[in-house]
Amino acid sequence: MIFTIKDLLSIIPELIIAGSACVLLLVDLLISKERKACMAVLSILSVIAAGVASYWLLGADFMGAKSFAGMFELDGFSTFFKFVFYTATVLSILLSFHYVKEEDINLGEYYVLMLFSLSGMMVLASGADLLSIYVGLELMSLPIYVLAGFLQNDVRSNEGAMKYVILGAFSSGILLYGISMVYGLTGTTELSGVAAALSDSSVHVPALSIAIVMMVAGFAFKVAGVPFHMWAPDAYEGAPTPITGFMSAGPKAAAFAVMLRVFMEGLQPAYEQWMVMVGVVAVASMAYGNFVAISQKNIKRMLAYSSIGHAGYALLGVMAGTEEGIASVMFYMAVYVFMNLGAFGIIIMMRKGGQRGELIEEYTGLARSHRGVALLMLIFLFSLAGIPPTAGFMGKFYIFMALIHRGMVGLAIFAVLMSAVAAYFYIRIVMLMYMREPAGEFEFARSKGIYYALFITTVGTVLLGICPGYLVKLAEMASVIM
Amino acid sequence: MAEKFFFLMFAVVAVGSALAVISLKNPVHSALSLIACLLQVAAIFVLLRSPFLAVVQVFIYVGAVMVLFLFVVLVLNIKKAQLETFPKGRRWFAYAIVPVVGIEFLAVIFGKSFTATGYEAAVEEVKVATLGRALFTEYLFPFEVVSILLLAAMVGAIIMAKKRWD
Repeated sequence: MIFTIKDLLSIIPELIIAGSACVLLLVDLLISKERKACMAVLSILSVIAAGVASYWLLGADFMGAKSFAGMFELDGFSTFFKFVFYTATVLSILLSFHYVKEEDINLGEYYVLMLFSLSGMMVLASGADLLSIYVGLELMSLPIYVLAGFLQNDVRSNEGAMKYVILGAFSSGILLYGISMVYGLTGTTELSGVAAALSDSSVHVPALSIAIVMMVAGFAFKVAGVPFHMWAPDAYEGAPTPITGFMSAGPKAAAFAVMLRVFMEGLQPAYEQWMVMVGVVAVASMAYGNFVAISQKNIKRMLAYSSIGHAGYALLGVMAGTEEGIASVMFYMAVYVFMNLGAFGIIIMMRKGGQRGELIEEYTGLARSHRGVALLMLIFLFSLAGIPPTAGFMGKFYIFMALIHRGMVGLAIFAVLMSAVAAYFYIRIVMLMYMREPAGEFEFARSKGIYYALFITTVGTVLLGICPGYLVKLAEMASVIM
Repeated sequence: MAEKFFFLMFAVVAVGSALAVISLKNPVHSALSLIACLLQVAAIFVLLRSPFLAVVQVFIYVGAVMVLFLFVVLVLNIKKAQLETFPKGRRWFAYAIVPVVGIEFLAVIFGKSFTATGYEAAVEEVKVATLGRALFTEYLFPFEVVSILLLAAMVGAIIMAKKRWD
């Protein structure tokens, strides 16, 4: 079995990203410390090149085919997610421009590691075999562990990265244990083969349940679902803020991509079993994330808990187990990239050395002196809370619709109630910004990168809220993975 | 029959030494127990007719990884690590969870539902050539991804270890 030219062509976007990461590693040596922004520009260009390649592949005649002996699948589903990853990466790099200079972490490797992580996400979204999925998962996570601890002088950054890497290794072990049991029971790691073996009901033994429990636990760790969320608040708080945004948008979407692929394609015959477990994690995440977020004083920590809550909503879409459910999760992930990175963009703008811009009270009275910034923050927060006409509302709407069509009305009602809880802590910030007098002067980090990023995220959040039809169509077309 | 006896022997020692890794207070003792555990796993690989994997296990884990481990333990201040135990607050949680999961596992194992397919195929000795051929044909893609993963890990390790602030 020798690979063909088609196999190589189908991984062109991955080759571009991984290749340019390697090249940039060398180019970095030629660029002086003052001009590291070149690295950021080059990274963005390589992501755009990969985007063009992905777009070109959409029209290729081997679209939808598997390559490399069934290890890699190029289809609409993976391409949709790849564009989500590209957007998240470009936005995070734009947000990093100024931040890395301010924090004195202006190293070329910062961008290189982001590209490595991106290539891992892409492998993950296209993985059609548990083996390539696992390898992609590690390639995605490893650079993120390093990036989370990039602020060497900051104890919080070190602590967060430490927790992240240790718990990450632990969860990888649990996931691998589950994968090995699935392999033992079905005799294959290829997802379609697993599905074929499981369609014979004699394989549905208690051991399969244990395997599924372990796989749900492993993936739930990556999306920070309760009770596997312990790392998230510390890692989010400690990591450099653009990386926090990146972590909560890119790898989270990738983890959902792989979860959909594994559960909907490979473990589809065991739906009854994993549905319950995913549901338990979803309900626990929504309840815990949203209630604990209320008591947070640090905005990054609050957004960490809010992202746990959002993972809960998206897990509901996975749990629905229909194509509509898949499409709703895909749409939600795309929307989440815009609104979440937008909110992080404002936080980065507020930051001026030290911990400034991280405490919620520092937003008091922002609207009095800086209407524009306050309005943008308002849009992102309303979107995160799920208030129409923003994109966040549409995202939640499609997930709830998928649930209701599946007959899970009770869960949908619970999720709506939890959204009401979430609205409290998002709108509290809006209240502080608009209803109170400012305590002091505001200083902003002004950088073109942040402006571009805020522009893209605002347009995305508003546009997807008003006319989501096009993206929803795309998601529905791409959701055929079973 | 003899095989089963040997398997049980290796498995019991492996689990025992694994328990020692997490329960011994002195990090050096823990590291040495881990070596014992990894050697038993290598022995189980031999029983599974994979002598190559057994050798690799000994070379890489016992030879390279554990030696590094011991170096790190020697460089760090182990007295401090000895004194500090785990935070006590959350222990009840572990005590509650462990029996539940343990009973579940035992029920699965003794419920005779645990059958592994594909095991018979492994009775024949796996040749290194077969392994190499599989790695470079069927498993070429993950193999290449792992090479990128190692590069990323190397870059990351250097970044973490380098002192930047002076």
